Amino acid sequence: MSQDRLKRGKVPLSVGEAYERWRKEKYLPASKEAHRPEATFTTVSGRKIKELYTPDDLAGFDYFLDLGFPGEYPFTRGIHPTMYRGRLWTMRQFSGFGTAEDTNKRYKYLLRHGQTGLSVAFHLPTLMGVDSDHPLAQGEIGKCGVAVDSLADMEVLFRGIPLDKITTSMTINAPAAVLWAMYIAVAEKKGISPRVISGTIQNDILKEYIAQKTFIFPPHPSMKLIVDTFEYGAKEVPRWNTISISGYHIREAGATAVQELAFTLRDGIEYVEWALERGLKVDEFAPRLSYFFNAHNDFFEEVAKFRAARKIWARVMKDRFGARNPRSWWLRFHTQTSGVSLMAQQPYNNVVRVALQALSAVLGGTQSLHTNSLDETYALPSEQAVTIALRTQQIIAHESGVANVIDPLGGSYYVEALTREMEEEATAYIKKIDDMGGMVRAIELGFPQREIADSAYWYQRAVEKKEKIIVGVNAFEMAHEPIPILEIDEAVARHQLARLREVRRTRNKTLVAHALSDLKKAARDGQNLMPFLLSSVKTYATLGEIMDALKEVFGEYQEPISY
Amino acid sequence: MPRKKLRVLIAKPGLDGHDRGAKVICRALRDAGMEVIYTGLRRTPEEIVNAAVQEDVDLIGLSILSGAHPILFPKIMKLLRDKGAGDIPVIAGGIIPEKDIPRMKRLGIREIFLPGTSTQDIIRWIEEHIGKGKPKAKK
Repeated sequence: MSQDRLKRGKVPLSVGEAYERWRKEKYLPASKEAHRPEATFTTVSGRKIKELYTPDDLAGFDYFLDLGFPGEYPFTRGIHPTMYRGRLWTMRQFSGFGTAEDTNKRYKYLLRHGQTGLSVAFHLPTLMGVDSDHPLAQGEIGKCGVAVDSLADMEVLFRGIPLDKITTSMTINAPAAVLWAMYIAVAEKKGISPRVISGTIQNDILKEYIAQKTFIFPPHPSMKLIVDTFEYGAKEVPRWNTISISGYHIREAGATAVQELAFTLRDGIEYVEWALERGLKVDEFAPRLSYFFNAHNDFFEEVAKFRAARKIWARVMKDRFGARNPRSWWLRFHTQTSGVSLMAQQPYNNVVRVALQALSAVLGGTQSLHTNSLDETYALPSEQAVTIALRTQQIIAHESGVANVIDPLGGSYYVEALTREMEEEATAYIKKIDDMGGMVRAIELGFPQREIADSAYWYQRAVEKKEKIIVGVNAFEMAHEPIPILEIDEAVARHQLARLREVRRTRNKTLVAHALSDLKKAARDGQNLMPFLLSSVKTYATLGEIMDALKEVFGEYQEPISY
Repeated sequence: MPRKKLRVLIAKPGLDGHDRGAKVICRALRDAGMEVIYTGLRRTPEEIVNAAVQEDVDLIGLSILSGAHPILFPKIMKLLRDKGAGDIPVIAGGIIPEKDIPRMKRLGIREIFLPGTSTQDIIRWIEEHIGKGKPKAKK
């Protein structure tokens, strides 16, 4: 019967030939009368999308080579054999504001409402390694995250939270090693061994130079410090993910989906190369590398991106670096829905955007997920907004049915074709950066920065020409209605400055001075700095003092200014 | 009389590194025929005001997303006046809560552009309120 339908005369048509016939005879004539111009059929990244995908788009597709089974190489369908049937993804809302007391209260609220892991947002002075009483901290205290100046703040932040039972992710980069040392010290004070604590430090400096720009030291000493954490973690804190190689910020800065994929994986390659250079064995540290991606608006392109990422990384680790431990081949990743895709106009629509983006991350096989809150174009989220965001994940997990089956989009002609296309394009970018001499060199040349700025400008123009429609912004506009937003009281700054003064007044100044001088010496001698950082934070040396000591040895990075 | 290009300083006060918006604005103004000077990230009020004076700009655009505008904007406006450059018009954009806008305008900030504003609207505003250019000054 089906053969009869495909027959034209005596020769049966191939799917490709049948597709061409259908396109010419049916689709094109009908689309001439359609109202939507062909040019608008692109993804949010500007990728051209065909009207229909068929087996013909998957020429040479090999189930075993391209997909395999969940938990098996190349992991396109997921890293675990059971995926969400075994355990749901970790619902991990990034959160931090005001003082450590304020944020500690929010953490306990989130844990009570079913959140399964913590994720710390630090305020900008902490991200930049300066104390709250530094001139640059004026106006910034507790605004974009929680203020942490010393171990004293960290102790309050995790008061009453069982660090041996929860996992904690900390979004911290240039000063990551210091904040990690503080966390380890807090655990030790609670009588919990560093060997059992688990969590993640972002610790990804390359994407800071590329996109997020909270860098402090120049690239070389920064990379050295990161390898220190790999080395120390592998020995002393074995359940800790010592890096979260992040595409999130690269995407937020304007990269396309493929640029996010390629630059992030090439960053990952760079870290592996530097660690090997130190003499570490790939299978000792690679299982603790983790990733962090963005879930943006274009649903299928995002699903394909996550699947392609796993496949490329498995190949890179196995073939390029010769890793033997299958855990070294796993690309484990956290996802956050896209901040830039949220709109100030008609902000309740953001709930819908977030739900779709979160769904793409789940269908892409994420290990943990942060869903943005509807009010985040205005400020840090209110408690009500963050609850809706968490509920969104719970509805996807428990009501939609998508977590019942592993990789439900596997085998879709469209998704498989996209996965393969993105894999090819990302591999070409990776090759290009290899040829430049690696990512540190590419950053020095301004290559990824320029590519991202070009993409951001392209997108802005597409929106202004209405080639890309944003509901409520350049179409379907309405009169604006303000929503309630979280405000950070200036009293936060007063409290924080008072605690910092108290810490400086009550600590043993001699111990602080000794610790900092030992730290500087170790930095000059090129030793692993983790033990020295641990000793320093335990004396209540502040983050700013520790970073200043290291700046004396490492210097500071000045970004070339361009646009 | 030949007209020189409008000179605009795009400045990034605050500790945040979100420069996507600032860079897009720089390119859009450049493509609209203006001369754009970009300060780069994390500039102090002093650095911004010095740059504006030294570069003799016709307009300053401040981009900030960190929430520090209630502290930093008044400083910038005061420093401009102190340096005798209080006549340089200042506009701003980024994450600035609506309830802060009247206060920022009372400081003398001429216009505040919120997320979702088209670059064309910003260019139109500049052309209407500041002008496309001014007579070329012979130095």
